[in-house]
Amino acid sequence: MFRLLNAHSTGYDERLRRCATARVRQVHVAVARLASISSRAALCALSTVTLVSAAPIAANLGRAATPAEIRAWDIDVRPDFKGLPPGSGSVSKGQDVWEAKCESCHGAFGESNEVFTPVIGHTTAADIKTGHVAALRGETVPQRTTLMKLSQLSTLWDYINRAMPWNAPKTLTTDEVYAVTAFILNLGDIVPADFVLSDKNIAETQNKLPNRNGITLKHGMWNVGDKPDAQGSGCMKDCKKAAAIISRMPDYARNAHGNLAEQNRIVGAIRGADTSRSAATELALLTKGASSGNGSMANASSSERRGETAAAANAANTAPLKLAQKHACTACHGVNNKLIGPSFTDIHNKYGANSATTLAAKIKAGGSGIWGSIAMPPQAHVPEPEIKAIAEWLAAGKF
Amino acid sequence: MTLPRDDRRSFLRKAFLAASAASVAASAPRAFAQMSAEGDPAILNLPAHTKGLGQPVAARPYGLPSKYEENLQRRESPGLTRVGAAGVSFAPLQGFFGIITPSGLHFERHHQGWWDIDPAQHRFMINGLVKNPKVYTMDDLMRMPSVSRMHFIECGANTGMEWGNVAVPTVQYTHGMLSCCEFTGVPLKWLLDDCGIDLKKAKFVLAEGADGSSMTRTINLANALDDVMVAYGMNGEMLRPENGYPLRLVVPGVQGVSWVKYLRRIEVGDMPYAAKDETLHYVDLMPDGQHRQYTSIQELKSVITSPSGGQVLLDKGFFNVTGIAWSGRGKIRKVDVSVDGGKNWRTARLETPLLDKCLTRFNIDWTWDGKDAILQSRATDSTGHIQPSSMDLRKVRGTRSIYHNNAVQSWLVSANGEVSNVQVA
Ligand code: HEC
Ligand code: HEC
Repeated sequence: MFRLLNAHSTGYDERLRRCATARVRQVHVAVARLASISSRAALCALSTVTLVSAAPIAANLGRAATPAEIRAWDIDVRPDFKGLPPGSGSVSKGQDVWEAKCESCHGAFGESNEVFTPVIGHTTAADIKTGHVAALRGETVPQRTTLMKLSQLSTLWDYINRAMPWNAPKTLTTDEVYAVTAFILNLGDIVPADFVLSDKNIAETQNKLPNRNGITLKHGMWNVGDKPDAQGSGCMKDCKKAAAIISRMPDYARNAHGNLAEQNRIVGAIRGADTSRSAATELALLTKGASSGNGSMANASSSERRGETAAAANAANTAPLKLAQKHACTACHGVNNKLIGPSFTDIHNKYGANSATTLAAKIKAGGSGIWGSIAMPPQAHVPEPEIKAIAEWLAAGKF
Repeated sequence: MTLPRDDRRSFLRKAFLAASAASVAASAPRAFAQMSAEGDPAILNLPAHTKGLGQPVAARPYGLPSKYEENLQRRESPGLTRVGAAGVSFAPLQGFFGIITPSGLHFERHHQGWWDIDPAQHRFMINGLVKNPKVYTMDDLMRMPSVSRMHFIECGANTGMEWGNVAVPTVQYTHGMLSCCEFTGVPLKWLLDDCGIDLKKAKFVLAEGADGSSMTRTINLANALDDVMVAYGMNGEMLRPENGYPLRLVVPGVQGVSWVKYLRRIEVGDMPYAAKDETLHYVDLMPDGQHRQYTSIQELKSVITSPSGGQVLLDKGFFNVTGIAWSGRGKIRKVDVSVDGGKNWRTARLETPLLDKCLTRFNIDWTWDGKDAILQSRATDSTGHIQPSSMDLRKVRGTRSIYHNNAVQSWLVSANGEVSNVQVA
């Protein structure tokens, strides 16, 4: 590295002299590290570097970006629409794009709160006038939709263009992006059904966004040196009369994150609580322990279970789950919850224990119409033995 | 632990007494439950590892944690996100020591899945308001002089589920979108200088990733010219794929979403870019219905990691209460700990090193008397900011903000030894 610096000192660029001081400091840090190995070579390096430490660190590293390369990557569109490529798209063409490429995840009307955040909803004609969505002010704001928050139209265009469809980003044409953006705005009653969105009218369309005035930069978390808006108290003694508990985990959620005994270390000053039991049962056991003269609050059986049964069970069951994760089945299937496709548990319940062969065939071929309107794409790319392992696991139903 | 010698002996004796009594009790800690009259079989009967030959070197060429440590894993919070490729996994803070997050337990947040990208094909471009737009290979970047620095990374939505009420049981889920590593790379300023940044016009830079989401985030020029770095190293090895291999932006003190992974491009510009994750997400909803945009700095925060929610104290008596504190505005100056829900506070010991925009470990002695106790920690940073309570925060920001909840965390220790997540007024 240091020889490199030396070599490039000839190509020294005046422009970089200005920041040389900062760099010298950094190089010295690097040198100090090297020197700490205290070999003679390192000391030699030290003197060389001191000589050339004003040299630009990166000269002759990297190369000029070509115009075509910049075009290929520089796709961002700013709030003032700088970067927006020319083009146009109608609401009706947008509907075609939506139905073919977006609806499966976002719902026919962008309402899909079943799987993803809804894109459309809770904006009104009055909001379009004020430019601030009234529903955001209420105490009971519904799940916030994209259009409720959208303050800059460039954001929507840029994001669809760079990231959607989620599983095949950057496959839409420029005109398709205009069209599907127009369709979304039409679903939100912001533009009429015969509207054509283009680079020419996008700035005026911006002025119709229901939440265009809904953002503020007045806060202390953007510029270095800004002041925080919430300050705590430095009181050390008798700071309040009582500490009232105003919120705690509801009992029904006790085991919602899995058994916490299995999420803590098995040695040390503490153990994880066995949340597979109710607090009351645990408490009864603990009190029994305490009344027998044992001051201990720990729970032996949970550590036993953790050590033996759980480990054995996990070894047997997690491998197919890992396969399902590896092949992105879990992008559409939850073990217990319905996502885009049915849950693994529901699949097991429907087909039962002797279904491994049937399920393997179904996985390979994909299918539609059994669980709803969304199709499952064929999974022929998954190696046969792995499909078999997953199918057997689904049939066994021991998740 | 700074327990006087005699106290320590009596504590141990007590523990042993409890242990021998417990040999019959159902709820005894396992190690003591096996105690017999002659003593502990773990001592009396020499185990296999004392009487046999162990495994050779490089039996596991890339080492792994002990099988007994399996409980400490990254985990998802059920129902939080619907799909794993746009999801979160939380770091098990309840089991960490010190301040460094093991690379394999670094929290994850992906918007469009993660990739393991061939570093030989990865390119990094700088364009926009620069004299010479340039492209660098990983070879180029790794040939440059490097810096190594330790910083925390926290997702802006960390503790976001707890704005209105208690929602999740353990510190893994309340605070686990937080990690702290040593990062190695090239200061962004050097590279901007190399491309001839136009400092008269430049005000912001846009960072962009190479994955499907091509994640974009606006970075303030003041940050970009200060301590932002283009990093390839993490904890002495290359970044893990889940954390952006082979290149990510490190933006000390700023929320994790700005630490763009699979970094492919920096554009120098003169206005903020209003990217999707700056307009639709990572905006903080205020009581007046306005969204705060570009809320970036991760403010002062601390949390006790043990004892913490979902744990059970093994016994009455001595405990080392331990936790972490951090501030996106500088160093940690002080951490106070309360065991009575904020009525009285004592100042904890801070462990070195005390670094800028980095986790700081704190410890304090506590003797539990077996009664209900509410543990809290409250940090002060080098700017004099004192960590707010949830009440302090709600007064200004309401409860619907989702992001940037840096409230004091409360853990209730119940008489049965179980610790649970509570909120206290
Ligand atoms: C395979 C499922 C899938 C398909 C198909 C899909 N999306 Fe998405 N979409 C997502 C996911 C998941 C997110 C959230 C990504 C994240 O977390 O960053 C998203 C986010 C969005 C958002 C941002 C919403 C918000 O408020 O954050 C918009 C707008 C969007 N998609 C539009 C589209 C359009 C237009 C199409 C069709 C061209 C499309 N999507 C196709 C899954 C999909
Ligand atoms: C893009 C989303 C998606 C992916 C990826 C996906 N599935 Fe599906 N899957 C579905 C949908 C939707 C259905 C319901 C289809 C229907 O209604 O017939 C389904 C149905 C199924 C069924 C039940 C079939 C039936 O006829 O009842 C099985 C079994 C299944 N999937 C397994 C898998 C496995 C294993 C993988 C991974 C190798 C996988 N899926 C990947 C969406 C998906």
